[in-house]
Amino acid sequence: MKAAAFAYARATSVVNALDLLQAHGDRAKVLSGGQSLMPAMNLRLISPELVVDIGEVAELRGISVTGDTVRIGALTRHVELQRSPEIAAHAPLLTEAIAHVAHPAIRNRGTIGGSLAHADPASELPACMVALNATIIIRGKTGERRVVATDFFTGIYETALSAQELLVAVELPAARRKSAHFFCEFARRHGDYAIAGLAAQAVVEGDLFADLRLAFFAVGNRPVLAKAATKLVNIAITPAVLSAALAALSQELDPQSDLQASASMRRHLAGVLLTRCVGTLLGRSDLGAGGSA
Amino acid sequence: MTAPVSISLDVNGERVDALVLPRLNLADFLREQLQLTGTHVGCEHGVCGACTVRVNGEIVRSCLMLAVQAHGAAVQTIEGLSDSGEVADLQAAFRDRNALQCGFCTPGMLMAAQDLLKQEARPDRDRIREHLSGNYCRCTGYQAIIDAVETTARARGGRRV
Ligand SMILES: Cc1cc2nc3c(=O)[nH]c(=O)nc-3n(C[C@H](O)[C@H](O)[C@H](O)COP(=O)(O)OP(=O)(O)OC[C@H]3O[C@@H](n4cnc5c(N)ncnc54)[C@H](O)[C@@H]3O)c2cc1C
Ligand code: FES
Ligand code: FES
Repeated sequence: MKAAAFAYARATSVVNALDLLQAHGDRAKVLSGGQSLMPAMNLRLISPELVVDIGEVAELRGISVTGDTVRIGALTRHVELQRSPEIAAHAPLLTEAIAHVAHPAIRNRGTIGGSLAHADPASELPACMVALNATIIIRGKTGERRVVATDFFTGIYETALSAQELLVAVELPAARRKSAHFFCEFARRHGDYAIAGLAAQAVVEGDLFADLRLAFFAVGNRPVLAKAATKLVNIAITPAVLSAALAALSQELDPQSDLQASASMRRHLAGVLLTRCVGTLLGRSDLGAGGSA
Repeated sequence: MTAPVSISLDVNGERVDALVLPRLNLADFLREQLQLTGTHVGCEHGVCGACTVRVNGEIVRSCLMLAVQAHGAAVQTIEGLSDSGEVADLQAAFRDRNALQCGFCTPGMLMAAQDLLKQEARPDRDRIREHLSGNYCRCTGYQAIIDAVETTARARGGRRV
């Protein structure tokens, strides 16, 4: 199918884009990479009256590292994240995760801002932002506000953004010494949305986790920062400790059933991911490779 | 404001000036206004890869890009790659290895395969599979397609590092 007719405006700056959004409200839609917006318009799931193309707004581009903070502009394309030496050095979780986002031709156009604003619960980057404790930077007519990633995602395709606002950038703490990360997802085919996935960021001191952030995706209506992780921090990991964490995880997750997988299969896969993550990050093959997936 | 917008771009090395409706996607613009029908349209939501073209040197889904977004860009279609001889060996390998049946997916497959071979001189079968994972072939010629790309990579033998 084709998109319904709409008016088109090429924004010249952030201020210009915000003016257009202010004037048209819910009837306007921001166009970034178009890799989620265009399919939705072609399928006539949405029919905005005005499309505000931010693709040429240079101030939304670029990756920079200042002190301990990595800033990624909203228009940074997936392929740029994938190839960035700064990201590989300071946020290697992203380098690993991005290879699982769609396919090369889509990664050439899709942007981080679009992916986060779209907030598909099965998508990789929102979970990475939660694992990395990122801050989402939002601009509106009245100025800038900063929202931590765990508060930004509010439901399926729902975020803290209003129709009059733009996501301008994200900021993340650069990986510290002793930082470790883990990324794994189960999908029908490489590049497809996950059936269940885990993005994790940890600090490993000797044999222990000094810190552990586990962000599960595709197992809830938004990325889930697992509280079960607290059971694994600053404690020697034994099979009993791991079992307690798995039980806690199973309690707190509330996955959906759909055509891809039942809720119980997702719950099972989440447990497999947790076990793999702990085993991999601590180099402990004795904890089991995570059972059969 | 739903009125046509004037755009100018470079298509296969030639300058094109046109008036397009905002809703017109790049695939339909190429096929209907420029009669470049090698770019195929399958799903129109980014899943099948039949509409893959190059924009400013990088492959994209032309069904997910508006023609107005291509203003100022350089677009290359399968006709451009074919006419310049850039993919002649790849096309020959597709014929030799029986990698095309109905041929509907072939332009997109060639675009994606050439993109990989430009980036990597010696991709193994897993890399080829991964890079082509976004392209569907309904005639299920996948094995033969991987064969053809692998053969071409070997024959080019690291010429393009
Ligand atoms: C076949 C296919 C497979 C895919 N597979 C995956 C996958 O496995 N994992 C995955 O994560 N994604 C996947 N995607 C989606 C892809 O990653 C998109 O690039 C991404 O979700 C949206 O980014 P975009 O820049 O294209 O945004 P757009 O499509 O332009 O916009 C998406 C939404 O965000 C809004 N928006 C965009 N930018 C901003 C901004 N700066 N401020 C406020 N609102 C904004 C738009 O209004 C729109 O509602 C897939 C897409 C396709 C077509
Ligand atoms: S027609 Fe564009 S990807 Fe299928
Ligand atoms: S050859 Fe028929 S779709 Fe691929």
